[in-house]
Amino acid sequence: MKKKVWSKNTKSNLITYGIVIGAWLVVEIMMRAGMLSSLLKGLLVPLCMYVILAVSLNLTVGILGELSLGHAGFMCVGAFSSAVFSKCMVQAIPVSGLRFFLAILTGALFAALFGFLVGIPVLRLKGDYLAIVTLAFGEIIKNVVNVVFLGRDSRGFHVSTKDAFALNLEADGEMIINGPQGVTGTPNDSTFFIGVVLILITLFIVINLVNSRTGRAIMAIRDNRIAAESVGINITKYKLLAFTVSASLAGVAGVLYAHNLSTLAAQPKNFGYNMSIMILVFVVLGGIGNIRGSIIASVVLTLLPEMLRSLNDYRMLIYAIVLIATMIFTSSPGGQAFRERYSLKQLLGQKKQTKEAE
Amino acid sequence: MALLEVKDLGISFGGLRAVDDFHMTIEQGQLYGLIGPNGAGKTTVFNLLTGVYKPTDGYILLDGENITGKKTIEINQHGIARTFQNIRLFGELTVLDNVKVGLHNHHKYSTLAGILRLPKYYKVEKEMDAIAMDLLKVFELDGEADYKASNLPYGKQRKLEIARALATDPKLLLLDEPAAGMNPNETQELMNTIRFVRDKFQMTILLIEHDMRLVSGICEELTVLNFGQILAQGETGEVLNDPKVITAYLGE
Repeated sequence: MKKKVWSKNTKSNLITYGIVIGAWLVVEIMMRAGMLSSLLKGLLVPLCMYVILAVSLNLTVGILGELSLGHAGFMCVGAFSSAVFSKCMVQAIPVSGLRFFLAILTGALFAALFGFLVGIPVLRLKGDYLAIVTLAFGEIIKNVVNVVFLGRDSRGFHVSTKDAFALNLEADGEMIINGPQGVTGTPNDSTFFIGVVLILITLFIVINLVNSRTGRAIMAIRDNRIAAESVGINITKYKLLAFTVSASLAGVAGVLYAHNLSTLAAQPKNFGYNMSIMILVFVVLGGIGNIRGSIIASVVLTLLPEMLRSLNDYRMLIYAIVLIATMIFTSSPGGQAFRERYSLKQLLGQKKQTKEAE
Repeated sequence: MALLEVKDLGISFGGLRAVDDFHMTIEQGQLYGLIGPNGAGKTTVFNLLTGVYKPTDGYILLDGENITGKKTIEINQHGIARTFQNIRLFGELTVLDNVKVGLHNHHKYSTLAGILRLPKYYKVEKEMDAIAMDLLKVFELDGEADYKASNLPYGKQRKLEIARALATDPKLLLLDEPAAGMNPNETQELMNTIRFVRDKFQMTILLIEHDMRLVSGICEELTVLNFGQILAQGETGEVLNDPKVITAYLGE
């Protein structure tokens, strides 16, 4: 019995890894065969980014059970810290692989640090209040990044929050973060392959974390805080841990984003609350707490608007209808009953039964 | 030396004196009952003992150690585990995992070892599985080990809560109305289980209960609370025949 539980879990996780690797193979083959339009090719790295974001947010929303609306803020921290790192290190580390690896670590580390610092006050709150405050922190991070001017010259680094001239750069100086214009000239190190590897690493971290002593403690807090405390679980520690890991993985997605574009600027579109909500939509539609669902939902919902591009004005209409239909199908009592009756397992089970009967 | 010694314990919520001048001595291995009419302050006493509330007066000694005013998790680590009046299980976790959460502080490996699946992870998880299954067997829950806890029937949920509390390896087990909502058969079975737990684990048990059959059946000593104050204390038979206690329960 005990062994069966474990293997069922492992099997499900292996399927998740398999789906990612399978999807990567299919895309790679299609790319070699020239079957992908340039539009789709351009979508591949963002797709990886969204998957990482959705999985990492699922750690906060589904596993820790706290609604966070500031995920784009942590992504922003990861993007900017790594972009600054890469820009400074272009000459020092010419090997792009090594540089990008270090950039990813930088982004993850800074995002984790911010997650930790934001988490200390925020995780004292619950439910709606927590959501509102994380939303605010996300916006604060974005807006603070917008007023930072950072430059480098022979005398070292200069920071200002006024304008570019306040830095008093020498003739050999270069701007690194130019306020609202952001970082330009970040090396384009992100590739689809690295994106897929990062997805796999993210999955590895999240799935193993969830299926460990730490993950059990986190889920125990989610299910019943008072009971968790009564069996000696340190609530603050595990909440902060989950939140920090989640933030740091969002930072990794930010690194991927920053190194996919030549210009990185913090705008409402990329690091604003719209982004946070969109990630939350992926998580909710994929199923809260369901890692595999998050992956599938983020891929489908990112591709859908692009696939419907030929329908012009109607595409967002269809997007909305798909969202609502999915919600009804997955969450309403009627939809659940329907799913139970016609689930794949049920159908397979029936087949098996009829086979045995024969 | 007594396992639990409580002296002059009291707590006020604003102007309300919820528990006043509460004292109690429980010996190792005793089955002790705390009874009283609704609102008498029984659960408040539990919450004081487990650190959910900080007492305004008095002190609590567990095995000679002063645990007054400590945090819930510290008190659990000192050796008091409890169950709740309204069942509080980790509903989305499996039955087995519920018990394994109880083992959290006694079987450790780091978060990193868990993520990287170091050998220690497999070793400790195996240990935990074995201990948890043994505990589940005691409560005849081993057949449901991979069920979601919230899918268990009511009586089994109560048992699982006790199993989870025992997993933390306590010296003193507090049961808050373990028989609430049970039919006479289930209560009888529960009484046997409680006695069994006491004998098998040499456990000291303090329980709150309204079911007088259960109280008179298994408790060796009783404390009766009424309006936050001790009404009677002593051997079960004597206390239950005390006219003051009968009045408090049945009215004049």
